[in-house]
Amino acid sequence: MNSSIGLNSVRFIGLVLLQVLVFNHINLFGYINPFIYIVWVFLFPFRKNKTLLLIGSFLLGLSVDFFSDSGGVNAAATLFIAFVRLPILKTILRRSDFDFLLFNLRLIPFSKTLLYITILTLIHHFIVFNLEYFSFNAFLSVFYNTIFTSVFTIILSVLGIILFTKKK
Amino acid sequence: MQQIIYFIRKFRYFLLFLLLEIIAIIFTVQHHSYHTSKFINSANFISGGIYNKVNSVNEYFLLKSENKILSEENVRLKNLLEQKEIDYNEGVFSVIDSSKYFQKYEYYSAKVINNNYTKRNNTLTLNKGSKHGLTPDLGVINSKGIIGIVENTSSNFSTIISILNNNSKINVHLKNSNHFGTLIWDGEDYNITQIVDIPRQAKIKIGDTVVTGGKSVIFPEGINVGVIKDFTFENNQYQKINVLLFNDMSSIGYVEVIKNLQKIEQKKLEQQVNNE
Repeated sequence: MNSSIGLNSVRFIGLVLLQVLVFNHINLFGYINPFIYIVWVFLFPFRKNKTLLLIGSFLLGLSVDFFSDSGGVNAAATLFIAFVRLPILKTILRRSDFDFLLFNLRLIPFSKTLLYITILTLIHHFIVFNLEYFSFNAFLSVFYNTIFTSVFTIILSVLGIILFTKKK
Repeated sequence: MQQIIYFIRKFRYFLLFLLLEIIAIIFTVQHHSYHTSKFINSANFISGGIYNKVNSVNEYFLLKSENKILSEENVRLKNLLEQKEIDYNEGVFSVIDSSKYFQKYEYYSAKVINNNYTKRNNTLTLNKGSKHGLTPDLGVINSKGIIGIVENTSSNFSTIISILNNNSKINVHLKNSNHFGTLIWDGEDYNITQIVDIPRQAKIKIGDTVVTGGKSVIFPEGINVGVIKDFTFENNQYQKINVLLFNDMSSIGYVEVIKNLQKIEQKKLEQQVNNE
């Protein structure tokens, strides 16, 4: 119980710093900056309190906003994916009563993990870029930014999850 | 009453989600409206402090180019000084009456500790704040040209609205004529900004230099902006004028912040005219 809180806190701070100090300055092909901090939401334990997840992801987004001067853009998007995370996972696994206690992202088939990450990333990026441009005229820019940035976020977060989490 | 409590208990996660989401949206809307006091910005103690620490390490990698820029500016200023001497010698003898001279602008030196240029609304963070005399609405330039306008200040840090921002509208004019226009950015390329509202009488050629106009109280007149890259002239109107910036917005080190000492006087006078 306690180790889980510690692990998630360390992951929280580590991901925020990694995001604002490294990944916000990558500028791949001139404009792509992957948002890897949302991995925290992917990996948050399912048996944990839902309130904690909502408040945690709100604060996670807000901390990134503080550093990148973007109002509440990241907070809104991260909160939203934290809220829809469980229904999406239930739909993907096609089970309504999967085992919360023993659930581990590494134990479900890889294709389903990938689908879960892809859907959440696309939703998150779509909200972020929409709120950032804040205009219906910029729909094409929002669309392209969402697709290209998502590709790199997905690749990096899958690699990160494979490398840094244990398969029990 | 019982039912209300039951309702709240049943939908408590959704209500919490709704509450936090509304807070986030309020922050976002506030962020998109220029000139409302903002809570979320990187000019605070923690993020400003971290950026400052990281920047003091990164600085070492840029020493060479920073030195080059400084020496270039030194050369330019020395040349100006030489010209001054010649003017003095050739001119008629005159007594310099110091009471006739007045200082209109005051310059502060500051360092950029965080810079972004790939988003739609870009901002910079400086390592000086209200403690050093900075207030909102001061112009920020470097030796090559304009950079932006101070938006928020904390005691040790300040955030700058870059010219690469949706909220940035800066009065500019062509160096060789006095036709005014407004500098905006369409969000595409960080080296290229656009000018709108230029009257159709203005004669524009590719390669013309664009400088800041004297209309604003923020920037002095004649600070370099860029050169005209291309433009389209349709329906007897200038449609899109692209300006290639002198500054490389992706690498900005030391900057100067300009304070207009006569700003209040000018604003007051203009207010009177508007009220009549």
